[in-house]
Amino acid sequence: MRKVYLDHNATTPVSPIVLEAMLPYLKDIYGNPSSIHEFGRIARKAVEEARAEVASLINAKDAQEIVFTGSGTEADNFAIKGIAHALKNKGNHIITSCIEHHAVLNVCKFLEKEGTRVTYLPVDNNGIVDINELKKSITDKTILISIMLANNEVGTIEPIEEIASIAKEKGIILHTDAVQAAGKLPIDVQKIGVDLLSMSAHKIYGPKGIGALYIKKGIKITPLISGGHHERNRRAGTENVAGIAGFGKAAYLAEKELSRESPYLVGLRDYLHEGIKKKIQEIRLNGDPKKRLPNTLNISFKYLEGESIILNLDLEGVAVSTGSACTSGSLEPSHVLVAMGLDAVDAQGSVRFSLGHDNKKEDIDYVLEVLPPIIDRLRKMSPLYKEKK
Amino acid sequence: MTDQAHLYSEKVMEHFRNPRNVGEIKDPDGIGHVGNPVCGDIMELYIKVKDGVIVDAKFKTFGCGAAIATSSMVTELVKGKTIDEALKISNRAVAEALGGLPPVKMHCSVLAEEALKSAIEDYVKRKK
Repeated sequence: MRKVYLDHNATTPVSPIVLEAMLPYLKDIYGNPSSIHEFGRIARKAVEEARAEVASLINAKDAQEIVFTGSGTEADNFAIKGIAHALKNKGNHIITSCIEHHAVLNVCKFLEKEGTRVTYLPVDNNGIVDINELKKSITDKTILISIMLANNEVGTIEPIEEIASIAKEKGIILHTDAVQAAGKLPIDVQKIGVDLLSMSAHKIYGPKGIGALYIKKGIKITPLISGGHHERNRRAGTENVAGIAGFGKAAYLAEKELSRESPYLVGLRDYLHEGIKKKIQEIRLNGDPKKRLPNTLNISFKYLEGESIILNLDLEGVAVSTGSACTSGSLEPSHVLVAMGLDAVDAQGSVRFSLGHDNKKEDIDYVLEVLPPIIDRLRKMSPLYKEKK
Repeated sequence: MTDQAHLYSEKVMEHFRNPRNVGEIKDPDGIGHVGNPVCGDIMELYIKVKDGVIVDAKFKTFGCGAAIATSSMVTELVKGKTIDEALKISNRAVAEALGGLPPVKMHCSVLAEEALKSAIEDYVKRKK
């Protein structure tokens, strides 16, 4: 049976080139980058080269502005808790949005229990953050704004430059979760004017277990993990050298391929969307039709529940997901789709197709062949379909 | 939260792939309607009763894999049972017949039991 992987927003396969770049650090080059002897120095060189590649992907001014973490989630935790702590004498108010990843939302909820005040900004029907509400929410106690660059479920790209100029004008630190955006969109942290930016390697054909936080020079932040002097006292723990080397290579490849890959993915994704529109009635595109990640297509199939579609596609060898891999065990509809104003039925019936550079037109043709009968069969089983017929 | 959530037993997957008794019964003797879209499941259960015995059962379900499998299983379990016997079918019995359900999906078996009870209540009401 054909296998088609369309869940690249959950994770991506490690590129063979990335794997090659990692292997030496899992075998012969085992030194601790903090050691001053040759074994250590060789490992240090790999870490610093990778840091430069990751810095280059987002056009950071100085590679030292990149701090490696254990994941994108850790980078988000570090950014938000680190600023809340470092600026606790300045204020205790954070502004974020309703559609952030749980790596941001649950950090904010954690801080709320400790007395931080958090404003969760609403979004419009396409998932774009309400800028007027942002302006209205700012107080003299606001210390941090954290808005994602692009949403993981629907792919909507947020107006981060506009938000940055508001933050700058008010002297508020801006963090952006760019875990889904980095490597998929051109990012220039200097041009945007963002202070903190989270990334993850495994979304861009790198390994799992390695992320990074960009911290603009001059930003005071309290470390999340205390210990040795690693990462210039900002993140203790012996560096994951192989992971870092892999992240560096993945960042290099992503930057190099971006201008070619982006239109390819848009073409393939829109081909899938058109095909679905042609073959299946009563669907709804979730997310901004234009300002959207090149690889992401989120569709609600009316009268159906997402998991039943996903399981059926899985039986045909096609891997997709509902809202996000992290919420597939919960019963409530996606918080992102609910915030965008979808009713419960539409929100339950959403499926995310997230494409990657390994996908071919034939893969999409296969999906377009197996999907319509699944939808048809499930709708015949749905009590809601009968009511509307 | 997610850990075991989507690991279904073979029996669940078998009923999900080939659900039994899908559809509606024309002139049913009882209809059960439970659930709501917010929690992600809606079940409709139809029964046909002859001489106090459930001779046919069909369902329509909006929901996840477990919801479809429990709907299918409960219609299987109930056929040939007297009303009194059918009222004794618990959610646990439905789950057990399916080789167990992930903890996060146990509510689907509860819904199946409720759908059956609701259909029987409707039957009793109609008879009066």
